[in-house]
Amino acid sequence: MSSHYEAPIREPLVTGEKTYHDISVEVGAPVLGRANKTWYVVFTLALIAFLWGLGCIIYTVSTGIGVWGLNKTIGWAWDITNFVWWVGIGHAGTLISAVLLLFRQKWRMAVNRSAEAMTIFAVVQAGLFPIIHMGRPWLAYWVLPIPNQFGSLWVNFNSPLLWDVFAISTYLSVSLVFWWTGLLPDFAMLRDRTTNEFQKKIYGILSFGWSGRVKDWQRFEEVSLVLAGLATPLVLSVHTIVSFDFATSVVPGWHSTIFPPYFVAGAIFSGFAMVQTLLIIMRKVVNLQDYITLLHIEYMNKVILLTGGIVSVAYITEFFIGWYSGTSYENYTYLSFGAATGPYAWAFWALIICNFVVPLTLWVKKLRRNILWTFIVALVINIGMWFERFDIIVIDLSKGRTPSSWAMFSPTFVDIGVFIGTIGFFFVLFLLYARTFPVIAQAEVKTILKSSGEYYKNLRAKHGDD
Amino acid sequence: MYTLSSKLKLTAIILVIVGAIGLVYGFISTPSNEEELKELLAADAHGEHGGEEHHEASATTEQHGETADVAHDESVEQHGETAHGEGEHGDSHMEHVLHQFQTKPWSALFVSAFFFFMIALGALVFYAIQYVAQAGWSPVLFRVIEGVTNYLLPGSIIVVLIVIFAGTHFYPWQNHELVEEDVILQGKSGYLNFPFFVIRAIIYLIGWNVYRFIATRNSIAQATASNLTPYKKNFKASVFFLLFFVITETTMAWDWFMSMTPHWYSTLFAWYVFASVFVSAITVIALVTMFLKKAGHLEFVNDSHLHDLAKFMFAFSVFWTYLWFGQFLLIWYANIPEEVTYFIIRIEEYNLLFFGMIALNFIFPILMLINSDYKRIPWFVIMAGVVILVGHYIDIFLLVMPSTVGPYWSFGITEIAGILFFLGLFIFFVGTGLGKESLYPKGNPFLKESENYHY
Repeated sequence: MSSHYEAPIREPLVTGEKTYHDISVEVGAPVLGRANKTWYVVFTLALIAFLWGLGCIIYTVSTGIGVWGLNKTIGWAWDITNFVWWVGIGHAGTLISAVLLLFRQKWRMAVNRSAEAMTIFAVVQAGLFPIIHMGRPWLAYWVLPIPNQFGSLWVNFNSPLLWDVFAISTYLSVSLVFWWTGLLPDFAMLRDRTTNEFQKKIYGILSFGWSGRVKDWQRFEEVSLVLAGLATPLVLSVHTIVSFDFATSVVPGWHSTIFPPYFVAGAIFSGFAMVQTLLIIMRKVVNLQDYITLLHIEYMNKVILLTGGIVSVAYITEFFIGWYSGTSYENYTYLSFGAATGPYAWAFWALIICNFVVPLTLWVKKLRRNILWTFIVALVINIGMWFERFDIIVIDLSKGRTPSSWAMFSPTFVDIGVFIGTIGFFFVLFLLYARTFPVIAQAEVKTILKSSGEYYKNLRAKHGDD
Repeated sequence: MYTLSSKLKLTAIILVIVGAIGLVYGFISTPSNEEELKELLAADAHGEHGGEEHHEASATTEQHGETADVAHDESVEQHGETAHGEGEHGDSHMEHVLHQFQTKPWSALFVSAFFFFMIALGALVFYAIQYVAQAGWSPVLFRVIEGVTNYLLPGSIIVVLIVIFAGTHFYPWQNHELVEEDVILQGKSGYLNFPFFVIRAIIYLIGWNVYRFIATRNSIAQATASNLTPYKKNFKASVFFLLFFVITETTMAWDWFMSMTPHWYSTLFAWYVFASVFVSAITVIALVTMFLKKAGHLEFVNDSHLHDLAKFMFAFSVFWTYLWFGQFLLIWYANIPEEVTYFIIRIEEYNLLFFGMIALNFIFPILMLINSDYKRIPWFVIMAGVVILVGHYIDIFLLVMPSTVGPYWSFGITEIAGILFFLGLFIFFVGTGLGKESLYPKGNPFLKESENYHY
């Protein structure tokens, strides 16, 4: 790919005096070792949350959607909020693995594996909502254009909800394939390093007989590049299509042409916040501070700043055009004077504070490089981005064109339970992943060790870089 | 060291002179009263007209006036002249058509002026992004980009002068009588009023040019500096410029283009304009780089750099299409009357241009530039680049013309003269800009990385 020379002013991406062997050992350690007590405690908590959520889902499906807090005015609330929130979170994974690959960002190599895992687990959570929010989920297969005995009754391809079906399922499959191809050399490494016969067998199957020949690597790189080139428009289009669910409508506040790029920017914003949340804990727990360095955290904070800035410009645009349009209905939309002072003012201000005010602190270099502060900001953004979707959906619906149908929404325990359940499910999957998968793409990190490793950079500084 | 050859300088001067003559002709030949307009329309009815067939079919002016009504109503609405009652329609109609005819040379001037100006502005943004991103491949191109942005100062001054002096030719909300009759426009007058409009334009002008001044000064200072202070200053300046730019670009698009049809609004609009600005600028950077490389001034630039530029041309062509489609689809899908007028006039009166633009800006670039090997072949990239530039000229044409001259557009002497005039000016300023400094950006901390860059 790019040349191996690197300007001396770039900070190292791998700290410590690492060799190739060290990388294999340290990445393999959490998989080849045993889980400690904390892991079991956290896993159990996540599992309980998941099971509780599963109970709520079963209750909903068997009793009816009426157990949720929806009403005739507000037909979408927590369900779609959570859906969009989870899909959004997933986007950072693809951004890191695909877009940053296209931009040749070497720092992505330490974070891409976990970010992609996060994508896949988040999309799985997201994928639940379109099914469970259906009144008759057992007829969900009717959304697929399958020849049938109703005179071959087909779907209407004009609905963005149908586009969602294609978008999300394509997104999940492409992300999965992209992730798995990247895993092949790493699974092979585990297969070759483990002494346990059972593990050897499992990783032997998972690695598809990867032997790392020149021709294999050549094609591997080619495939990664092509998939990155395909995943980039895919990631943009998936969240665009999610945004179309709202923007194609005529609901004031929903019908806005900026939604496609603005949702995508928001997705990356919230996704990176989630990556930060997860990786800050993970680097500590599995001792990978030499690979996921402060520099990585700072870079991700910069991406958060950038996308947060884009989202802020979109907020201002929405607010301004709402006024500029001169339409009286626009004063009840989620970013309007009416929303700032109305019954959902708390949700409006939660959005402004979490997504605009708090992230501004990252402009300060000291705070951007402060791990604790980063962690707090990342959590705040995750909350804020949930509120953004909640505001867009609920505030805009609550005061529509006809005042006689204005209504408020309050969630029931089932709404909340399902959401908690998806968080539990997500962590169940992520915790299992962290114990069984190589959480850092060691094969990729090895390719930058000599150009970007601290030890080698010091050597070059001492002996000249020619 | 590059010097603008006398041959090229002469060409530029000839282009400017020829263009200026054409523009003057354009301004002189507009009908100054309704009598002249009627003669013109009658002549047009027999001859060729840029508009639709029904214009040509109408033998007399009277008929023309009537047949054009259907399409014309759209543009009436666009201009916010809802106050015209049915009874007085005949007279006010001719008055309106006269106004549109008188606007034609203004629009022709503005389309070309903005087109070349946006290349300089977009190049400046690209430059700032390369700094902020600490790109390792692009520093060898910095002097080239700085050269392209040399057109920013004259270009931006001309554009700002045009939007300030165009008055009601472009901006119906500057017509006081109209605003008095129009409640919607009154509601917007807090933003759409002349003094504030001028102040904003001047802020943009100063902000953009100040960054350009600081950036080039530091970049040149870095060549002789003993430490990285100028580079670091530029890094900071670029960050704040990008912040300033994203806000001013948004309001600029609202001010200069969206307010041409003051009843219409679209939240995506500003970002859509940006996509056009950006992709055209990258294309011109690639074209200028290839020109200089061919002339032997850029030995340190290799075909990997060209490959990267071509990838950006490809990617941002797709990005432009994404935004174009996003805006179009959402408005088409919801079909809200206030919003669709924008596309109705473009589809009915500018059909070929409107859809042809998609072929030029999307289909051609993706087919031509998807192959990795082709992206390294100069003549291939030049071919794609020319198509992209033509496409984005049409894009700007379609931002302006339907909103200002409505169905009475044409592509004739005035429009071509506009292109020639600003092309000449652009060549002259970019050429002299490139000749000011060595094209080798010595001292940049990523220079060696950039020189060794291979993909």
